[in-house]
Amino acid sequence: MKETQDPWLFEISSKRKLVELNFKEIWRYRDLMLLFVKRDLVTVYKQTILGPLWFFIQPLFTSVIFTLVFNNIASIKTDPIPAFLFNLSGITAWNYFKVCLSSTSNTFRSNAGIFGKVYFPRFIVPLSNVVSNLFKLGIQLVILVGFYVYYVFYDHATIAPDKHLLLFPVYVFLMAIYGLGLGMIISTMTTKYRDLSLLLTFAIQLLMYVSAVPYPMSQLKAKVPQYAWLVDYNPLAQIMEGFRYSLFTTSNLHFSWNGLAWVATLGIALFFVGLLLFNRTEKTFIDTV
Amino acid sequence: MLKIENVSKQYRLGLVGTGSLVHDLNRFWHQLRGKEDPYLKVGAVNDRSKKSDEAYVWALQEINFEVMEGEVLGIIGKNGAGKSTLLKLLSRVTGPTTGTIKSRGRIASLLEVGTGFHPELTGRENIFLNGAILGMTKAEIASKIDEIIAFSGCERYIDTPVKRYSSGMTVRLAFAVAAHLEPDILVIDEVLAVGDAEFQKKAIGKMQEISHGQGRTVLFVSHNMASVKKLCTRGLVLENGRIAFTGDIEDCVEHYLKKEDRFSESEGEIQWLPEEAPGTEEFRLRKVQTVSTEGIVQASFLDNQPVTIQVAAEVLQPLRNMRLNFKLFNHKEIVVFTTSSHLSEAVDKAPGVYHYEITIPPLLLNQGTYKINLQAGIPGQRQILLSTKVLSFRVEKITDSGTTYSTVLPGVVAPKIDWKITQQ
Repeated sequence: MKETQDPWLFEISSKRKLVELNFKEIWRYRDLMLLFVKRDLVTVYKQTILGPLWFFIQPLFTSVIFTLVFNNIASIKTDPIPAFLFNLSGITAWNYFKVCLSSTSNTFRSNAGIFGKVYFPRFIVPLSNVVSNLFKLGIQLVILVGFYVYYVFYDHATIAPDKHLLLFPVYVFLMAIYGLGLGMIISTMTTKYRDLSLLLTFAIQLLMYVSAVPYPMSQLKAKVPQYAWLVDYNPLAQIMEGFRYSLFTTSNLHFSWNGLAWVATLGIALFFVGLLLFNRTEKTFIDTV
Repeated sequence: MLKIENVSKQYRLGLVGTGSLVHDLNRFWHQLRGKEDPYLKVGAVNDRSKKSDEAYVWALQEINFEVMEGEVLGIIGKNGAGKSTLLKLLSRVTGPTTGTIKSRGRIASLLEVGTGFHPELTGRENIFLNGAILGMTKAEIASKIDEIIAFSGCERYIDTPVKRYSSGMTVRLAFAVAAHLEPDILVIDEVLAVGDAEFQKKAIGKMQEISHGQGRTVLFVSHNMASVKKLCTRGLVLENGRIAFTGDIEDCVEHYLKKEDRFSESEGEIQWLPEEAPGTEEFRLRKVQTVSTEGIVQASFLDNQPVTIQVAAEVLQPLRNMRLNFKLFNHKEIVVFTTSSHLSEAVDKAPGVYHYEITIPPLLLNQGTYKINLQAGIPGQRQILLSTKVLSFRVEKITDSGTTYSTVLPGVVAPKIDWKITQQ
């Protein structure tokens, strides 16, 4: 019998290996990922009149309020970057990270219906979330660029990107990696006991305030130097600051290659830890979700 | 092609809460010390109707079987016997608690039609999405899209959002996608029970084409014995999470149908332990059996044999004026006759075991299955044994003087009637 010599195509076993990643399988399902992305983009604003314009409205309004509260009332200095532009860039970046994190951490619960009926590599779902949010980020960047141009030419702001702009995609990638990594770790912890997911929404909110989103790191260090560690050891603050640095390259923003290196290393480590946990959970989560 | 080795699946019953957290922590503690999961040793047999205090239940236990290439395996069993759990394991939705499943082909599962359908997307967009979820690539779907649309019969609505579809149309579209899957092994769970008659016929036809025509390996779960018989070559009967029978599909269906009727399990006799016996503190059944004239306990009788029914019952307290009532039901739940013990016995009874015996004369009952129903009481006062069906037996037609009845004669009884015919 020729057949009995063939190796098994796959084996479902009760025993778990520590490391079990099947990238080949994920690749085979790439079409599914793209279709998920398409579904997410197309369906959000179906039957709305303004359609994709809604992608703009949320960051614009938030930036206006932020400028009012933090810069006009609390007088946080963002010079030489115009306060509104500073906030718009921060909110755009933070929103991307936030959506990646929250949608990834909800993967198992919000897709339990599909996951309970058919198998495909579960990682496809958070991956498609990250990609579809990348499109939304792209659309939001269009207005960011629009305001950038406006401030430079009509308001004569003394800001201009230089070669550090090349780091821009690196920071976007890092945000995705952190969102995915943390999100996957949280998702494995919330399938059975949901306590953590209740905490998450407001934790993200609070995290924003300690992650240098509505202020540059230098301002925090000048005003409350005893809390400098909040941003110094906070990889998200480093990413937000770096993201802005790649856009504006001004001296009030802090950037170092060392900082980028450790943030990137930590991010990749988080991502793989998350992926491992996620792969372990995906096998039996449906029994406990 | 597909090999299932010693597969078991344990589920925890009840709610997830602090109780389960304690168990999880204990399990984790055992795992840390490299010991076996302490909860694997416990767990009740999967029987839906019996109450149990166990927190764990074995939905499947020690399942072993193999499926060859091109084989169509029917999986049958009562509700809660573990069929769907088995399919879930096979389709990799969840993992087994112990054991392994090995496969030499790609498995696609159809546990539900229309998984992942998005109501806002059009029919065409959903075909792509659903197809991809089921494991097809975009190119594969694109090459079959016309075929799928034609099969679904929804050409007219294909560019309309699915939320505007009727439920039947949604199902047709979903099944059309699934029917055009081309995996090595297809796992299907009762999805045929949808759509109108025309579509069901079409669906069964397509399934036959997949299994017989294309030589695909199929695992099929259904309660519809007719379609199981039609589609499958081999069968597997699950009972309380274990394999009760495996073999040719005809034998399987027969085994299953026989098991479904719990009376026939007893093969002409049923006995109770004192604590389980039907009855009250005053009166309790001990044993009921059907015996032939030779005194052999049997469940099947020829129509020219008398059927003797023996009942042993225990009187626990002195009873006055009691009577045991006997009713015979046929398979249509029609009462064939009723008879009562008070006509032939002293109605006052001292505690002790009593034996009752009645004999149904030959050449009276029609061919078929009969159920014995017993009830005891004190007229005008109380019941001491609630009406209960205890045992069944069969009556077979004998081939009599060259005459064979190919079908059952209509009628509740089929007594031998003498005809006197004279010519004037």
